[in-house]
Amino acid sequence: MYQAIVFLPLLGCIVAGLIALAGARARHPGATPTAGGEDHAHGPVAEDHPRGAPPPAGHAAAIHPPHTEPVAPEPPAAGSREAELVTTALLFASMVLSWIAFAYVGFGHHDTRVPLLTWINSGSLHVDWALRIDTLTAVMLVVVTTVSAFVHLYSIGYMDEDPYPPRFFAYLSLFTFAMLMLVTADNLAQLFFGWEGVGLMSYLLIGFWYHKPEANAAAIKAFIVNRVGDFGFVLGIFAVFMLVGSIDFETVFAQVPALSGKTIHFFGRDFDALTLICLLLFVGAMGKSAQFLLHTWLPDAMEGPTPVSALIHAATMVTAGVFMVARLSPLFEAAPTAAAFVTFIGATTAFFAATVGLVQNDIKRIVAYSTCSQLGYMFVAMGVGAYSVGMYHLFTHAFFKALLFLGSGCVIRAMHHEQDIRLMGGLKDKIPFTYWTMVIGTLALTGFPLTAGYFSKDAVIEAAYAGKNAMAVYAFVLTDVAAGLTAFYAWRLIFKTFHGEPHDRHHHEAAHESPLVMLVPLGVLAAGSILAGYPFFAYFAGHDVGEFFRESVKLAPGILDDMHRTPALVAQLPTLMMLLGFAVAYQFYIRRPDLPVELARSQEPLYRFLLNKWYFDEIYDFLFVNPTKRLGWILWKYGDEWVIDGFGPDGVSARVLDVTRNVVRLQTGYLYHYAFAMLIGVAALITWFMFSGAH
Amino acid sequence: MTIGLGHYLALAAVLFTLGILGIFLNRKNVIIILMSIELILLAVNINLVAFSTHLGDLVGQVFALLVLTVAAAEAAIGLAILAVYFRNRGSIAVEDINLMKG
Repeated sequence: MYQAIVFLPLLGCIVAGLIALAGARARHPGATPTAGGEDHAHGPVAEDHPRGAPPPAGHAAAIHPPHTEPVAPEPPAAGSREAELVTTALLFASMVLSWIAFAYVGFGHHDTRVPLLTWINSGSLHVDWALRIDTLTAVMLVVVTTVSAFVHLYSIGYMDEDPYPPRFFAYLSLFTFAMLMLVTADNLAQLFFGWEGVGLMSYLLIGFWYHKPEANAAAIKAFIVNRVGDFGFVLGIFAVFMLVGSIDFETVFAQVPALSGKTIHFFGRDFDALTLICLLLFVGAMGKSAQFLLHTWLPDAMEGPTPVSALIHAATMVTAGVFMVARLSPLFEAAPTAAAFVTFIGATTAFFAATVGLVQNDIKRIVAYSTCSQLGYMFVAMGVGAYSVGMYHLFTHAFFKALLFLGSGCVIRAMHHEQDIRLMGGLKDKIPFTYWTMVIGTLALTGFPLTAGYFSKDAVIEAAYAGKNAMAVYAFVLTDVAAGLTAFYAWRLIFKTFHGEPHDRHHHEAAHESPLVMLVPLGVLAAGSILAGYPFFAYFAGHDVGEFFRESVKLAPGILDDMHRTPALVAQLPTLMMLLGFAVAYQFYIRRPDLPVELARSQEPLYRFLLNKWYFDEIYDFLFVNPTKRLGWILWKYGDEWVIDGFGPDGVSARVLDVTRNVVRLQTGYLYHYAFAMLIGVAALITWFMFSGAH
Repeated sequence: MTIGLGHYLALAAVLFTLGILGIFLNRKNVIIILMSIELILLAVNINLVAFSTHLGDLVGQVFALLVLTVAAAEAAIGLAILAVYFRNRGSIAVEDINLMKG
């Protein structure tokens, strides 16, 4: 069963990928389709060339100017429907099996390990390919396959104007497979494999509309920022292997007591081994989960198609970092300094992203910053040792954030690819179903009582209050403030999009509800946003945690008991903050729409600061991007062109030319010159024979 | 004063040098180059004949006759080439004959 869960999406990917490749072949008869079904040119090109005459690579792209519209007015590629149905059906099968597995593992206590094959056996490094199935994995399986299945379903509707659905669905399924590989990992190498797999698919999907330069730039940015994190992650894995001699989770966890107090020599200094390992691994998590300092890629990643944002950049891939910390909880529990750092980064991110979200105008970017902020909440819970609570927030967040993204997708579609909320407004009556589901998602996001977000977010904040580490108070204050900010920006989005006067009459008139295939996922996820909360409370943050999670996470001792003993005011504080945020948003955007403009004018510097995302992109440009570009330019101009080319190929050829130019000058073509040379030669020969031939 | 071997050889050497110089110093006409070659061959012939009488061996004179024939043939071929060349290029001035230039 577990193999089926993991490999059904891979099967779907292979089928859809073959369809995509066949389609590419049909469009370019005679040409070898380049890897991965990358279609460089478009349908009509095929007719320009007679059959069997392979068009030279790049030729077709040169003839046809790239599309400027995100959606090309082209019919979908052949086999699109089949690819969509196959991948979606397989994903749904995987989802059903996951829920069964969830019940079987979580409530039936059937932890297991499914060995598949030996992957690496080299010296003392032995890596098995195995599926580690425990409650933590089961929770992630459910989250990943459920969201993925409904995103597949939604994409059938969303991508119906796009010419290349097979490629899209192949990517989606392959992403799901990589994510499942990640969550079922039995050792760090396998975790890293899934980690890189989802990173690659994220790159490919952000850049799915590769004819848009911004999409390409965003894809590259996401990839590079993630490489920064991955570098730390890899160093962490190396350090683990160096100290333990194995990267198998079981072995490593068993060795944790022996590791405490050990030091490791790094950059010429001795560090506490466990702290250093955890910090390095957490750098990887920061990159993948878009935490403070490495968050810049996530908002840009919104250039990808909206279902991708919902699946990858809200519900699953970005939570991989959270999952990784939970999976390695025995390590982090033994390294309090690293755990405090996790809390610090999480709280800072929660606050920072919420402040930026206040003033953004792109509907998807608001939701993206919200994701960033909520991931910060999860890390706060992880940092204070309440791993199950963090997983709880991950679980509920997957539903309501995917819902918000898919709802945004419906809005964007209704508005004909308009994403600026300043141009929206009054859509409530035009797309009522989308409106109500998004309201549910917003309620859950802001933590309205009895919705899923209410239970999980309050649990996170209580955990921060109950936490013992150095950063717990800091985290408690910032998460509470962020809760208020969250309510403000989330309702601002709703009010500006759906309420008030329409700002763009033309689009407003044409706005229409999305097809059923897109509304069903919205409805299901909306139900999840409400129902994922209370029924699971006891298992994630209540009395049954120990029995539910068992060995899969190692909680900080006593954290859950302390959480339940928090004062009533502390427990109610997030709700109060939420009400405050809602009230301010209501005041600003419903009753007095002139207020925000006035405020922005009177607080110009602050407004600019937030609008420009704390100037992080500019700082990074200044600190890293531009110096790197300049260094690259210098190396190109002086290192490569001047030194290597100058003394290498170009230099040699220039010297040869110089020599031949002089040799050529010898050849005058005049007969008497040749005769003269001949005579000199003869004279020299004779002279030589005369003086040396004697003996 | 009797004319001995040395005089003959001196004459031959003068002729030979004239021929060589004729090739190098001549900038006008290819025919002069041909004539210079004839001069060089002539110098050789004088040498051959001079040594033949000096040593009393007839082979040298026979060889001189052979050289004469070869010289005649060479002159004929050279002139033929020149005629064709003039027909093609319209000039047999030495400066213009530089087709072998690289």
